[in-house]
Parts: sequence; structure tokens; C-alpha cells
Amino acid sequence: MSVDVEPVGHGRMLRKEDPRLVRGRGTFCDDLTLPRQLHLAILRSPVAHARIVYVDATAALAHPKVKAVVTGADLVERGLAWMPTLAHDVQPVLATDKVRFQGQEVAFVVAEDRYAARDALELIDVEYDVLPPVVDARRALDDDTPLIRDDVAGRADNRCFDWETGDAAATDAAFARADVVVADDLVYPRVHPAPLETCGAIADFDRVSGKLTVWVTSQAPHAHRTLFAMMTGLPEHKIRVVSPDIGGGFGNKVPVYPGYLCAIVGSMVTGRPVKWIEDRTENLVSTAFARDFHLHGELAATSDGRILGVRARVLADHGAFNAVAAPAKYPGGFFGVFTGSYAVDAAHCSTTAVYTTKAPGGVAYACSFRIAEAVYFIERMVDLLARELGLDPVEIRRRNFIPTEAFPYLTATGWVYDSGDYPRALDEALRIADYDALRAEQAERRERGELMGIGLAFFTEAVGAGPRKHMDILGLGMADGCELTVHPDGRAVVRLSVQTQGQGHETTFAQIVAEEIGIPPADIEVVHGDTDATPYGLGTYGSRSTAVSGAAAALVARQVRDKARRIAAHLLEVAPDDLEWTKGSFGVRGIPTATVTMPEVARAAYGIDLPDDLESGLDAHVSYNPENLTFPFGAYLAVVDVDPGTAVVTVRRFVAVDDCGTRINDMIIEGQVHRGLTDGVGVALMEYVGFDEHGTCLNASLMDYLIPTALEVPTWETGHTVTPSPHHPIGAKGIGEAATVGSPPAIVNAVLDALAPLGVTRLDMPLTPSRVWEAMQGRAAPPTDPPHGPTAEKGTP
Amino acid sequence: MQVPAPLEYARATSVEHAIALLERLGEEARIVAGGHSLIPMMKLRLTHLEYLVDINDLHDELDFIRVERGEVRIGALTRHRDLLESEALVPELPIFRDAERVIADPVVRNRGTLGGSLCQADPSEDLSSVCTTLGASCVIRGVSGERVVSMEEFYRGPYETAVGPAEILTEVRIPLRPHSSNAYAKVDRRAGDWAVVAAGAALWLDDDGLIADARVGLAAVGPNTTGIPAISEALRGRAPSEEAFAEAGELAAAASSPTTDGRGSAAYKRHLAAELTRRTLRRAAERIADRALERESA
Ligand SMILES: Cc1cc2nc3c(=O)[nH]c(=O)nc-3n(C[C@H](O)[C@H](O)[C@H](O)COP(=O)(O)OP(=O)(O)OC[C@H]3O[C@@H](n4cnc5c(N)ncnc54)[C@H](O)[C@@H]3O)c2cc1C
Repeated sequence: MSVDVEPVGHGRMLRKEDPRLVRGRGTFCDDLTLPRQLHLAILRSPVAHARIVYVDATAALAHPKVKAVVTGADLVERGLAWMPTLAHDVQPVLATDKVRFQGQEVAFVVAEDRYAARDALELIDVEYDVLPPVVDARRALDDDTPLIRDDVAGRADNRCFDWETGDAAATDAAFARADVVVADDLVYPRVHPAPLETCGAIADFDRVSGKLTVWVTSQAPHAHRTLFAMMTGLPEHKIRVVSPDIGGGFGNKVPVYPGYLCAIVGSMVTGRPVKWIEDRTENLVSTAFARDFHLHGELAATSDGRILGVRARVLADHGAFNAVAAPAKYPGGFFGVFTGSYAVDAAHCSTTAVYTTKAPGGVAYACSFRIAEAVYFIERMVDLLARELGLDPVEIRRRNFIPTEAFPYLTATGWVYDSGDYPRALDEALRIADYDALRAEQAERRERGELMGIGLAFFTEAVGAGPRKHMDILGLGMADGCELTVHPDGRAVVRLSVQTQGQGHETTFAQIVAEEIGIPPADIEVVHGDTDATPYGLGTYGSRSTAVSGAAAALVARQVRDKARRIAAHLLEVAPDDLEWTKGSFGVRGIPTATVTMPEVARAAYGIDLPDDLESGLDAHVSYNPENLTFPFGAYLAVVDVDPGTAVVTVRRFVAVDDCGTRINDMIIEGQVHRGLTDGVGVALMEYVGFDEHGTCLNASLMDYLIPTALEVPTWETGHTVTPSPHHPIGAKGIGEAATVGSPPAIVNAVLDALAPLGVTRLDMPLTPSRVWEAMQGRAAPPTDPPHGPTAEKGTP
Repeated sequence: MQVPAPLEYARATSVEHAIALLERLGEEARIVAGGHSLIPMMKLRLTHLEYLVDINDLHDELDFIRVERGEVRIGALTRHRDLLESEALVPELPIFRDAERVIADPVVRNRGTLGGSLCQADPSEDLSSVCTTLGASCVIRGVSGERVVSMEEFYRGPYETAVGPAEILTEVRIPLRPHSSNAYAKVDRRAGDWAVVAAGAALWLDDDGLIADARVGLAAVGPNTTGIPAISEALRGRAPSEEAFAEAGELAAAASSPTTDGRGSAAYKRHLAAELTRRTLRRAAERIADRALERESA
């Protein structure tokens, strides 16, 4: 595992960004202080649903340190009160007519310091005429449920959208043929990405030049620039977005939040730079959540366990505004991959999405475009079928895997899985875990009354959005630009559209380029995050950076290499085709002494002796439009113990075998997997965003929104197989979300396995001790523990 | 960043000085010790104060652990971390290390204090249960002198104690008796989380090995955190046994009045009161036996 020798290209190496980050020398939004900077604080609604009677800012304006107070009414005057969301909906920057979730933005104060801004919020007088909240998504479409979105003319109910995928008739036919049908209701609760760095922005509008610069916690700086232009009406070339170091995103920093617009307006109003940094409570109660899916599933199978058909009905809670970040033609995200890793001929899903009086969002948390939900769904359902048929969970999966020779494989819902070798990954996981020994140990422990469980999840993701012909966000195609310049001294700068939030782009992308042009990663500077210094692209989420921008980086490097070849040919006085490329230098075939190195070529590229038909310099620019998504997969196995007396779940072992195609840097991949597995333990055991009957968020601090610590996670046992993507230039598939997606079902399946002797078959996350104990008593969790009471028959679509 | 409202701050140079400041500044002034309960509430603007009187310099007067004959005295400014690491407490009062291992996290334990914990009087707070279990008494000082109250007198209800506005808790005194031990157990949803339910138990045996006294202190089972006299009554004079401990568990469950919340259902919490009472009594009994063995072999 030595990392002493840095590879010139792919391979294990320490992260280039870490000397900066581990020494506390990173520059995050809140580290920046601009001359004459002011501070902004936002007044938020204390109630979930209310009509605003009045907002009186007189007393706040009189505060000696306050420079401006802006209300929804002020923004109406400027035409800035409402902004588009990423999902073709609208959302108020500051509430005008009503507030629609607790924590919604109502007014903001700009003051000389953060303390004064916060103090002045208490001087703003707002009268609310409180309306009944809509907390339970299953009641959102009932006749007597109040209408939330009366801002949209003609809207009669709280339906956000309906969406279908698959073939209903073929699925019905498959069910009619089946020997066995199993059905279950599952809830994937609302969770929050909870990045340690909260969201924030510093906006600096220069009244003289008309230029707006926004430093902002953004996973997608270019997309945000376009959105800021749309929202403010400023010309896009006068907007510069800079996303500095980001302290974790997990999808939380994909949307444009009202706070960013407030900072921009604040700077326009005061003529000074304005900083807004969200506090922890604001982040938890108002920014993008994830999941919140009520699922009904049915599997049809033969008596020997072959799945014939899959049915899914989904009720999705989108909160008060549809602010999902998903490609426009996929309102339900990529849930369409709910047939999982299995060869299933017929499948159908109908989704109803509803508005509730909760914070908007819906895709964040290692966003995965709903693949987390799809994987959870199918992996729970497959285990249920195994149990019904008395089959081992390993065996049921083997019997249904898409055969290795069937790739590329067209699924029943229209996805083309690019490549896979599922039995190999599963075998590797079983080998690491020593599955047979674990089952023997389990039998022994059961004799002693102990509750040990083994859970499997086999997942396939669809990442790297996406092909332009299918995928766009607000009409913006999802291709990524990339620029590479090799300087005269042979060192290079690569400019990316994507932005790291901790994933190690400064290393990975240097390695991708290094592999292609033979310059060491240390000599390749990665520039990203600043829209004035990087080409256009849609940003980092949905595990798309390596899958899309990684491809762009490889291709741009190959273009540079092609040009270098022509220069080398000129220098060596041979035809380009007579040259042989060995990483780092060109040599004339058959003449071992006739070589020229990349730095020599670079020097020549800026010199005076170049062929007439070549421009000076050594650089290139590409935009990569992926041909298809990539489909990483993995086999996960969890071993848990449940304390029979207290029902506390301990994850004792966790084996994760990932196949993300070509591996660029094992250390970074392992880091991504460790992070995602930790997320998975959090989601499975403790994380959820709950609301009381008034619609008040119950998890407004990290005392109440629990994220796991090192003490809750085992020593991760990772392994891998490599099945390259056939269409990606270097065969890489993306790893950012695999573990977040794959681990929760493995853990829940393990706990259900542990509780099998007690006859427990149903359990919804999070598996807190109380919920597990209630299940052990034969009860579902009490309905007072929102939002995962037993699924009621009423209201399910 | 969450920021508190403006306030004044004074650093006390002695207990006497602190009391004088409290006396002069009145109801809007408050002691700050570790600050790990008070400061978060101020930052969330749930508590509004005009004055903070900081007692963190008063090490000589308030920061000590003294094991004396028949009694352990612990100063109010003793940090969680010192209680966790104290070797002096382990032989007689292993319950402190049990509890401190599961109270909060190292950051909080480095600053949070015994006095602050008791004075905060949160019904989920762990050290109050420990002190209740041990039959501790609290020393309170004001302008007119010092008084000593039992835990039952000290704890008046959630967030309410016998400490008056111009008074300070200075120390906690724990009686020591032979043939005894104690233990603490907590169920939480995650390390560093407050208890779903926690229980402390202490056993004192007589020369014949029968239970001379037994005490149980629960946390997070309702507004009341004071002891459960029925358990002492039921166990006195009996031999330590699974059966006796099970009975004590039932009494603990019956004495608790938990509510359903994000940490768990009321039924589960009542179940835990019984389960953890059994476990800690069992552990305390094992410890007494272990110590007896140690003494024999010595
Ligand atoms: C993240 C986190 C997790 C936690 N988890 C746990 C847990 O699991 N279990 C647990 O028991 N506790 C937990 N706590 C609370 C922690 O133990 C606190 O430190 C403790 O409750 C208060 O001690 P303090 O010294 O910080 O008190 P402070 O916050 O300084 O004061 C608390 C109150 O006591 C008063 N006070 C303090 N000292 C005196 C005195 N000598 N005389 C009179 N009044 C005084 C103050 O005026 C104030 O009203 C947690 C706290 C945090 C922040």
C-alpha cells in the first residue's frame, strides 16, 4: 500500500489537496472577508403554514448598525420575489403572500456585523394568520386538506406531479403467470445531507462596472451563474461565480437557495459586499433534504425464485416547492432502475408526488437521483421473496442476476446497463466475509438466544448524467467542458467545470490527465470552481464528475497529446505515424535514441520552429456529451447484533465490494466508500427529519439530527472487482454515491435477519432501539414517531 | 454561526465574590461553569440573560475530588473528564467512570462540570442519576452561609433546583459504606447522545452478604429523577439474586412516567427502566463479589 512513489497516471497516491486542508489552510466561504463587507441574517417563519398579515421592519431599521431591511413586498417591487427552482417550479426568495414551511425566508437584515444582523431580526414584527399544516404526505390529496400552492393559478390540490415508467399491461400479465407474489410497504424517511459546512454566499455587486461576483457554497458554479442571471436579469457575462473550498455537499449545495439571492439583493441595495452564512439550524430546517418516499412494492416470481415482474407505487413528499435536482424528463429521478441488478422482463412504477408544508428539496444526500430509493426498494423486496420461498438471500440473487454475457443489457424500464459481472462481485464479498462460517456462527448464537443477522444488498447505480438527448436541467444540457494547457516548462493546468466538495478532484483529475500525457500529477494544476477561469458544465452531483468530466479530461488530454505528436514528429523529422508514444515521450519506431519528451515538445510548442499549419501553444478544449450513463455496481454484506434486552443494533462487520470500472486512485475510492458506508449506517440506524403535528421540524440541531460517529461504525472491509465501462474513454464509472446507496438495505436486511426468529418481517428506518424493540413486540413503531408510522391504507396512490 | 444576544460578563475571583456579584446583579445574572448547557441555549436564544458570572477560575475552591474516611467530596467545578479519569473514584464509586464514558463527547467532557450538570437539572442528565443512586448530598452556599441538602431536596423538578438566585452549589458529598458497589448503564441512539433511558444502581451488603440497602436512580423516564424508595424496601434483607433484581426492575418501570418522543416510545422506555435496573444491579453485585475475591487473594 505504499504511496511513496507517485504514479505518473492512475494509481494509489496521497491527495494533493490535503496538505492545504489538513493544515487548516483551506479557504471556505466564511474564511473570506472583503473590504467594506456587511453581514446578512434571514428572518424565517416560525410556523409551517400561514398567511402573512403584515411585516413591520421599522424598529429593525432604526437599529444603529442596520444598513437595510428587505421584505417580500420590497422584492415584489423589484420583480425578484419568486425564483425558479431546478425542477420548473417556483419558490419565493422572501415570502409574499403565505409561508409554506417552517423556516421559510420572510425578510432579511443587512448590518455592520453578524451580531447586529441577528439582533435586528428580533426587531422585525410579523403577524401570521396561521393555517392548518399538511404534514402527512398520505393525506396531502384528501379533499379536506388545505391547498398549499394557491400561488399557481388553476391548481386545485396538492399534487406536484404524476409519473409512470415501465409497462403496466406486461407487468399485470407477469403477475397473472406467477406462482408467488410478495408485497410490502416501505418508507424511506426524509433525511438531510447535513454537511459540516453550512451554505452561504458573499455577493459583491459593483455598481460602476455592473459586475456581480458571488462566492458561494456551490457544487455547480456554472449552473448557478446561469440561474443567477435568469433570476436577477443581469447579463451572464457580468456574473462571476466562485465556489471556494467546500466543506461537504452531498447534494445539499446543488440547489440555488433564497439566501444566495438575498445576499445578491443585499449587495445591490447597499452597494457593498454582503456575506450570508447560514447557521446550523437554518441548514437543517430549510435546505434540501433527501428521500421521503413511501413505497409499495410487489414481486411476482416462479416457485423456484425467478422474478417475473416488479410493481412499485411511490408516494413522494416534495415539500412546499418542487426543488428536486433531476434531469427534466425524469421528475421521479432515476427511480426507474428499480428492477435492480436482476433480469426482469416486466416492471411498472407509478409515482405520485405531493406538496406538503415542509422544506423543499428531494434529491440531495449523495443525491443519486433516487437510486438510493430504488436500490433500497428492490433489495428489501428480493429478501422478502427469499424468505417467502425459504431461499438463501445469496441464492435468490444469483438466480436472478443479469447474466454477464447479457451486457449491454436493456432493462424492462428502458435503461441500458453498460457492463457488469455480478456473480464475480458477489463471490468476492462472500469470500471476504466467509459467508458460510458466518451462517454457522449465526446458527450457534441463535441456539443461545442471541440475535445475530447477516444482510446482503447487491446494487446497480446509473450515474454520470447525462446524454444530452435525454437529459437537461432547466434546458441546460448535461455535457461538461474541459480545458488543458501545457505551459512552456512542460507543466500543465487543467480547467474543470465540476467542483469538489471533498472528493479529491485536485488529485483524481491530475491523475487522469497524467495518465494520458505522461506528466506527473504534481506538475498538473487543477483549476475549478471559478466560472471566469473554467469552461461550462453542470457541476458535481449524482456521481457525475469522473463519469462526465473525467471523460472530458481524458479526451482533452488526448487532443493535447495528438498535437504534441505532430510537434514531436516535426522535431524528430519523421511523420506522426512513425512515432511511438510511451508515457511521457515520443520515440521514432525502431530508433531507440530518437526520442523527445513531453516537456521538450511543450517548449517547442511555444518556440519559433513549428510547422506552418500548427498554431503556437499546447492546449485544447473539449465538451463531453456522454453517450450513456455508467452503471457501477457492488455487493455489500452487513453483520449485525441486536441486543435482545435493549434492542440496540450494532453493526459488527461490513463488507463492501465495489465495481466502479477503471480505478484511478484506490485511496480516494476507499475514502469515498468509507464515507458512504458511514452515511449508510447513519441513514439505517439514526438519521431522519421528523415533524410534529404543527409541521415544526423536530431535528433543528445536530443534537436531534444524529449523524454517526466512529463509535457506531465497524472497521470497513472493502474489496473490488473491475469491469470497465465500454463507452467511457478510460472505462471509469463513478464511485461517489455507491456506498450511500448500497449500505442501508444491507443493514436493514441484516437486522430483519437477526429478528427472524421472533417473526419480525417489517421494519422501517431509522432502526433506533425503540423502533426495533417495538417491532420485536410485534408492533410497528407508534404513529407519534413521525414520519414513519405504519403505512395507512388511505392516501397511498 | 449561532450568536447570543448582547450580555455583560464578569469573572469571579472567589466563591464569595461570585455570590456577591449574583446578589448585586439579581435574577438576570447566571453562573457559567462549563457552559455546555448554558451557552448553547443562549446561542439558540432560548435563554436571555443580562449577566454571566464566570466561575472557571475558582479551581482552588471548587475543583477537587477528595476521598476521605467514610465520604467522597467532589467540587462543583470538577470536569466530566476528571471524573472519567479519576483513579481514586474507581474502587468505591466505579459508577462515575461507567457514566462518564457515555456522557457526551470529549469536547463536552473537557469543559462540562458536575455542578453545572446538577444545576441544569435536566431530567435526562446522567450525573443527577448517579448522585441520586449514591445518596449524595449537595452543599449550597449563599451570602448567609452554607447548607447541605439531599438529592431529593436538591432536585425540585425539571430545570429547577434548591439553589437560590444568589447561591452557588459548591460540592457534592457521597457517603461511603463497606461491602458496596455500584454501576451505570445507558441506552442512547448514538455515542454522545442524551439518554433514551439510563439507570444507576448501588448495592450495600451486610456482613452476611444480604442486601443492607439498594438504590436506583433513573434518567430520562419523566420529570422525576429522585430515587425509588420502593426498590430499597423490596430488596433490603434479601440475598442478591436475579429474581430480586427482576423485581427491582419491575418497580423501576412502575415508578417511571416516560413520554413518547424522538428518542423512543413510552413503552420502550419503561421496558428499559426495568432492563437497565436489572443490568446495573447485577453488575453492582458482581463488582462486590469481585472485590471480595481480590481482598481474599491479597
Ligand atoms: C453535545 C452535548 C452532549 C451532551 N450529552 C450529555 C449526556 O449525554 N449526558 C449528560 O448528562 N449531559 C450531557 N450534556 C450536558 C453536559 O454534561 C453539560 O456540560 C452539563 O449539563 C452542564 O455542565 P456545565 O458545567 O457545562 O454547565 P453550564 O452550562 O455552565 O451551566 C448549566 C447551568 O447550571 C448553572 N450552574 C453551573 N454551575 C453552577 C454552580 N456551581 N452553582 C450554581 N449554578 C451553577 C448555570 O448557571 C446554568 O444554569 C451534553 C452537552 C452537550 C453540549
